[in-house]
Amino acid sequence: MKMSRFNVISLTLGFAFLYLPILILIVYSFNESRLVTVWGGFSTKWYGVLFQDERFLGAAWVTFYVAFISASIATILGTMAAYVLVRGAKFRGRTLFSGMIYAPLVMPEVITGLSLLLLFISIGLDRGGFTIILAHATFSMCYVSVVVSSRLVSFDRSLEEAALDLGATPWQAFRLVTLPIIAPAVAAGWLLGFTLSLDDLVIASFVSGPGATTLPMRIFSEVRLGVSPKINALSAILIGMVALGVIVASLTTKRRAMA
Amino acid sequence: MSDNAPFAPWDDPGATPLISYKSVTKEFGNFTAIDAIDLDIFAGEFFALLGPSGCGKTTLMRMLAGFEAPTAGQIVLAGQDLAGVPANQRPVNMMFQSYALFPHMNVWDNIAFGLRRDGLPKDQIAARVEDMLRLVQLQKFAKRKPDAISGGQRQRVALARSLAKAPKVLLLDEPLGALDKKLRQETQFELVDIQEKTGTTFMIVTHDQEEAMTVSTRIAVMDEGVIKQIDTPATLYEAPNSRYVADFVGDVNLIEGDWRGDALHWADGQAPLAVTSDAAPGQAWLALRPEKIAISKDKPDAANTVPGQVIDIAYLGNLSTYVVEIPGGQKIRAQATNARRLSRRDITWEDKVWLSWTATAGLVLTE
Repeated sequence: MKMSRFNVISLTLGFAFLYLPILILIVYSFNESRLVTVWGGFSTKWYGVLFQDERFLGAAWVTFYVAFISASIATILGTMAAYVLVRGAKFRGRTLFSGMIYAPLVMPEVITGLSLLLLFISIGLDRGGFTIILAHATFSMCYVSVVVSSRLVSFDRSLEEAALDLGATPWQAFRLVTLPIIAPAVAAGWLLGFTLSLDDLVIASFVSGPGATTLPMRIFSEVRLGVSPKINALSAILIGMVALGVIVASLTTKRRAMA
Repeated sequence: MSDNAPFAPWDDPGATPLISYKSVTKEFGNFTAIDAIDLDIFAGEFFALLGPSGCGKTTLMRMLAGFEAPTAGQIVLAGQDLAGVPANQRPVNMMFQSYALFPHMNVWDNIAFGLRRDGLPKDQIAARVEDMLRLVQLQKFAKRKPDAISGGQRQRVALARSLAKAPKVLLLDEPLGALDKKLRQETQFELVDIQEKTGTTFMIVTHDQEEAMTVSTRIAVMDEGVIKQIDTPATLYEAPNSRYVADFVGDVNLIEGDWRGDALHWADGQAPLAVTSDAAPGQAWLALRPEKIAISKDKPDAANTVPGQVIDIAYLGNLSTYVVEIPGGQKIRAQATNARRLSRRDITWEDKVWLSWTATAGLVLTE
């Protein structure tokens, strides 16, 4: 089907709006010049500079292990919460709980960060990588449970009953039938948690301690002293990784659907 | 049991039922889905629960499977009280209305699922799955996923999967609802065939009276949580105990009147209708099946004759249904086989006709 001119224009405008800033950032990451806004010819030297900067490499390591562990914790807790709220026996206040699981989604990050900070101080927990993991798992968990419960709601309950009917224990029914079917949603929840954690500056700033600086925190503090082309290179790498992740995720879910 | 004796354990007072519902009640909040039902089902039966949607038939079945617990009463299966026995430990398997095939497993693994839960050795599982595939003629499709086979094949996979563990009772929840008419009729006979081959007791839930009549040994007609009548298909059709059953099972004309023991006085100035019945006198309805009413242009010599005018004819190919308005305005349906070709039939719209039937054609119902 041929697209009308109006559709072509809206598509172009929309995508330009979304991707132009990113494109400019990537182009300038290959800039020879020291000045971020002046084009001085093609070069990959800022990538080299970046990989020699110990502080950035350290921050990158912190960011990735925090994202990996917090997303994993959030996936397990979020899936469990979703399962109980959608599938579990009716209990008093289930509607209240179902509503409350969404609350952290709309809570301002500053408030989440502050309340977590107060909590960690009051229980005497030393702030560092561990507290960032806890904080990220906390807010990622509700995203995971939202994604997983929407999948649970849409799938035929009689599949689980059939598994029980054929002699499976409730745990076997979950592991052999429910989990494989909701796996794409669980994986999507994990990826969401991972990118949210990768992204977060505000909450991490509240709950981190000495020796646990994440990449967004590092970038933010550098940028305050003036934007270095190094940051462009770093951002370009991050964009590349996220894009790769999204492509892999969508390809695997598509193959799963076709299999 | 000799081969000549009809299969009718329900008529034998010494027979022990396989399944017994004993004054079983199920309430959902304030709503009573099942109201103190007593029901005995015998080994080897193909038993149908028939009723409109919401009558409680599915709930009655799900309580046997273990997905719902009765609010009061007892369900006994092969001498064992099922209270407290979880669904995965009951010797009962169910074929779901949606088939509930596991979409991430192929046909073979779907059928093997229940056998694997029992921890059987691999070669026994394989042999049993092959048997089941042969039974439903799906050997060629063993490696296909459920979404790569047709609806009819999916239905057979579901049947094979629920039969694989050789359950004492197989529960079928509207098993043919998703199939088109032609396939449904073929499958009905296949079901009966498989039931006879395996000797399993089948319990089917359906709202389709034709399906219930075709497959079952006995039918329980349900309405609003109670059983109206339990009987063989023939008895249910020929001797319904109430207007509800008469109307639900097949097509029926109901003529209301005053029953005086030998005849039904139904309209002023009209001859009373002669019926042979021992129903108690009082207000009653004459139930007449359309195929038991003859239609003719000249007044015939019969026990009951009523004049009328043809207002509609439904031509069904093998049959024609004539809708005839009789004195008092009631519309009566009469059915005639089209043994002659169209050009030879002489009754048409607006014709004055006579309806007639014998004294034993109808049934007097007081309920």
